Amino acid sequence: MLMNTKIYLDNASTTPVDERVMKDMRPFFDEKFGNPSSLHSFGQEARVAIDESREKIADFLNCDPKEVIFTGSATEANNIMIKGIIEADDDPHVITTAIEHDAVLETVKQSGANYSILDVDEDGFVNLKDLEEEINEKTVLVTVMYANNEIGTIQPIKEIAELIKTKNKERDKKIHFHTDAAQAAGYLNCDVKELGVDGLTISGHKIYGPKGVGVLFKKRNVKAEPIIFGGGQEDGIRSGTYNTPLIVGIAKAVELLKEEKRKEETEELRDYMIDEVLKIEGASLNGPQKSRLPNNANFSFKGVEGESIVMILDQKGIATSTGSACSSKSLEASHVLKAIGLKDLDAHSSLRVSVGRKTTKKEIDKFLKILPTTIERLREISGR
Amino acid sequence: MSNIYSEKAMDHFLNPRNMGKLDDPDGIGDVGNPGCGDLMTIYIKVDEDKIKDIKFKTLGCAAAIATSDMICELAKGKVLDDALKITFQDVVDKLGKLPPSKVHCANLAQKGLKEAINDYRGK
Repeated sequence: MLMNTKIYLDNASTTPVDERVMKDMRPFFDEKFGNPSSLHSFGQEARVAIDESREKIADFLNCDPKEVIFTGSATEANNIMIKGIIEADDDPHVITTAIEHDAVLETVKQSGANYSILDVDEDGFVNLKDLEEEINEKTVLVTVMYANNEIGTIQPIKEIAELIKTKNKERDKKIHFHTDAAQAAGYLNCDVKELGVDGLTISGHKIYGPKGVGVLFKKRNVKAEPIIFGGGQEDGIRSGTYNTPLIVGIAKAVELLKEEKRKEETEELRDYMIDEVLKIEGASLNGPQKSRLPNNANFSFKGVEGESIVMILDQKGIATSTGSACSSKSLEASHVLKAIGLKDLDAHSSLRVSVGRKTTKKEIDKFLKILPTTIERLREISGR
Repeated sequence: MSNIYSEKAMDHFLNPRNMGKLDDPDGIGDVGNPGCGDLMTIYIKVDEDKIKDIKFKTLGCAAAIATSDMICELAKGKVLDDALKITFQDVVDKLGKLPPSKVHCANLAQKGLKEAINDYRGK
């Protein structure tokens, strides 16, 4: 008998909206539909919801509610921070890393500013000495992702912040430090004071909130020009009518993180899976053993191509990915895997498996049963 | 499930009919580049100027495997000159829908067949 037994192991790509988030969002689509900028009671009711949401996020980030900017996505939050700072500067220089998400990498490259891209080591970590060497008198922004979306590498954010703080003491032109925490927020500490960052990006749909909403923390003293103009919402830095339901949704999702982190359980399940997968001949783990996002695993399998694995697993009801969902359309091997030194064929043979809140050991066991035969079958076809 | 690939293309990916190696082939076509992740080998057996048997081994995505299988199907039994006339569009048309970014895989399959025939003729 066929039952709905689909298994979702692509939680780094997106997550389902938590039912408690759904419940909180629901009334703001129709019952409480007012424009938060309106003076009447409809508007005020929505305004209160926006204010409360902002406070919840500020509580999570340990910042002033005024430093919380709601955006339409994490990509937009990254753009507002990066382009905003660049536009506010006469002669900007930006430093970022080779394994950033395209939302940062492309934004930096297209900005017209001078930039340096830091190489990473074989596990994806940036080297602080490299960073120090790239800093020059024009440097105005350093942006380094908190945790990598493909291989899970957690960057030494605090140490980078310390280095920048030290540098800033000896210079007039201040360097701002931004981190894209889209992948990290679900599991790692996002206290901006502890981290020492001037900017931090969160995405709603990676943390069991809705798609189409992000948050940018921007420290109040950071000068950034708006890149979107209009009605002047969010202190003029992000115009556009407040998307009340989604803002309420991301705030609830963030609030739930307190009780839902489950870092250890997630890590345990993931580690079990990694150990078992590595028993397959010709399998290797991409990314670090330690300082790795708890839900992420990324493998290469000799003699097979990643997309084929994804397609066959999908046929059997298991959802995984080759790398980031965004790059599935491109034929190029992942820029992240290439940056950690993988050869083309190994980079093309990658499979990302990301577990989530709802993933069970039973599901992992089913995956572990199907994966070896899938690899074997594809090796038969490839003859390699 | 997948509407990126046609049902037929999926079928040729999941159940390729011509997958394998030929013992003592008359021609071998080795094509592909690691940069795009696809490596394809086409083996042919020739008898009286006709492709008597043809098989493939392909390391690649679903499209690369499906197009390998289809070029074998189309070429089998054909006179060599006719087999050379098979275009990548013929392969795509036979398979139905392929993702636009994957149409080049059909090109690779056609190249593989051509190489195998050239290999035979060069011998």
